[in-house]
Amino acid sequence: MIVAEGKPVEKILEMLAPYKKVLIAGCRGCVTVCLTGGEKEVGILASQIRMARSKDGNPIEILEQTEERQCDAEYNAKFLENVGKVDAIVSLACGIGIQYLGEKYPLTPIYPGVNTLMLGANIDVGRWEERCFACGDCVLDKTGGICPIARCSKSLLNGPCGGSQFGKCEVSAPVKEDIPCGWQLIYDRLSALGQLDKMSEIIPAKNWLRAKGPRTYVREDLTLDRS
Amino acid sequence: MTEANSKPEGNLKSGSALERTYVSGQFVCTGEVGPPKESSFHHVEMYGNGMKGRVDAINLTDNQTAVTRLSSWAAAVKLVMMGLEPNLQMVCRDRNRLAMQSDLLGAYAHGVRNVLCLSGDHQAFGNHPGCKGVYDVDSIQLIGMVKKLRDEGCFECGEECKNNPKFFIGCVENPFGDPFEFRAVRLEKKIEAGADFVQTQCILDMERFERFMEMVRERGLHKRIYISPGLMPVKSPKMARYMQHGVPGMLVSEEFCQYLETAPNGKIGALDLTVDYVKRCQQMEGVAGVHIMAVAWEEVVPLVVQKAGLLPRPFAAFHDNPAPISDEIKALWKKSGVDNYIPELA
Repeated sequence: MIVAEGKPVEKILEMLAPYKKVLIAGCRGCVTVCLTGGEKEVGILASQIRMARSKDGNPIEILEQTEERQCDAEYNAKFLENVGKVDAIVSLACGIGIQYLGEKYPLTPIYPGVNTLMLGANIDVGRWEERCFACGDCVLDKTGGICPIARCSKSLLNGPCGGSQFGKCEVSAPVKEDIPCGWQLIYDRLSALGQLDKMSEIIPAKNWLRAKGPRTYVREDLTLDRS
Repeated sequence: MTEANSKPEGNLKSGSALERTYVSGQFVCTGEVGPPKESSFHHVEMYGNGMKGRVDAINLTDNQTAVTRLSSWAAAVKLVMMGLEPNLQMVCRDRNRLAMQSDLLGAYAHGVRNVLCLSGDHQAFGNHPGCKGVYDVDSIQLIGMVKKLRDEGCFECGEECKNNPKFFIGCVENPFGDPFEFRAVRLEKKIEAGADFVQTQCILDMERFERFMEMVRERGLHKRIYISPGLMPVKSPKMARYMQHGVPGMLVSEEFCQYLETAPNGKIGALDLTVDYVKRCQQMEGVAGVHIMAVAWEEVVPLVVQKAGLLPRPFAAFHDNPAPISDEIKALWKKSGVDNYIPELA
């Protein structure tokens, strides 16, 4: 899923300083699952903002609404009535949702209530880890199902660099956090699968054009003839 | 002196002094200079002159430890102008394939003939930790790119390159990295990609290096690539202990640390230990030379080389004899207390 973290309330208060009436828009997709931008978080943020502004003697009216997804036009249409009543929107969806909701209502300013972090998995309660870089050219067949682009700090394609030691990535030292070496994981998995010969294969330089936007994906079989 | 666009003679790939020395079968000796964090060639000139005629080539590190420094290619060109032979280090962290190939063309046109291809320390280590790391290609792909330019006369994209650069291609390997069993396989991948010589991470644990060499010999790699272990005179026992625990990708043996700790004079001990390691490497099957990387202590390279009996160098510095040692270098020796290490040089 797409993993996001909430922005500090102080940052959001700064963004909302000029406004008297705003909508906080939540999303029931990924951000609900990672407990950042669902109905509950919309309510909490709304309370925090109301209290902070009241305390400053500058009260603000806040509407709350959460829909199925903000990356889908049909759900974003449901915000119409509330958007018409406010000076600005704060979206707690991922960066996609924020922008797509903003596109739907171009005359109302929209602000991000979250930082979108990664495409990750929920490893443990309260812990998410990146697994995919959306590079557009999957190499998992060559690497034992573990992605070197997302999980090696240097996105190397031909094995671990000289900084891999005791299973850890060299970046663990400067960032003071244990980061597993992606290539050690790949090596161990391939070893368990009896496919270590894949470590000897030279993977050529990547076509990063597929990894860098703006990207579009069109499926002719699904597109409608609008002529 | 190497002409800017001369063709390599005979079967030589690049015609560099480094290549000639390896090919001749004589024990190779290379040095290293870290360009400074300032817009001046002073250090490069000073250390370069100290090594003149004493090493076969001098590595110029490329923003080592991810700290911004004078560019490796500019320092390499400076050495060419001084009549010395550079080994241009190029890391994958700071440039994409466009910039790398462009720098290779420029460096070659200036007379640079050796290039050492590395991944590079991650930017998080350096003085701009928030910068964007490039890693457009990895070190193995970079080796392949330099080889393609040399042997096929085309760029990575396949387009023809006229007056293509013909580099002697180096790579690195770290016998102390994990997975250990993969390290020889990785070296083999680099050979397959086109590497002609390898300089290793500095060897501060001889036993582990010997085990690495066993794996290398089992695969017959020593017959396909010239191998120079990196040797580092470590300035103080404290630094050795720090590297033992605090530097990712390094292993420092107890023997190494204790030798420095118990030596009557730590600095002299460090030089003696390096000289001893040179001799041990000379005895090891499959080792073609040594790379003396005196990080932040470059002035001692001439001392180690002479004490280890590696002089004269056969093709070094285009047949120059060892240059006289400058007063500046002598002053640095005095500062470290190693000025009498080789009395006739003092």
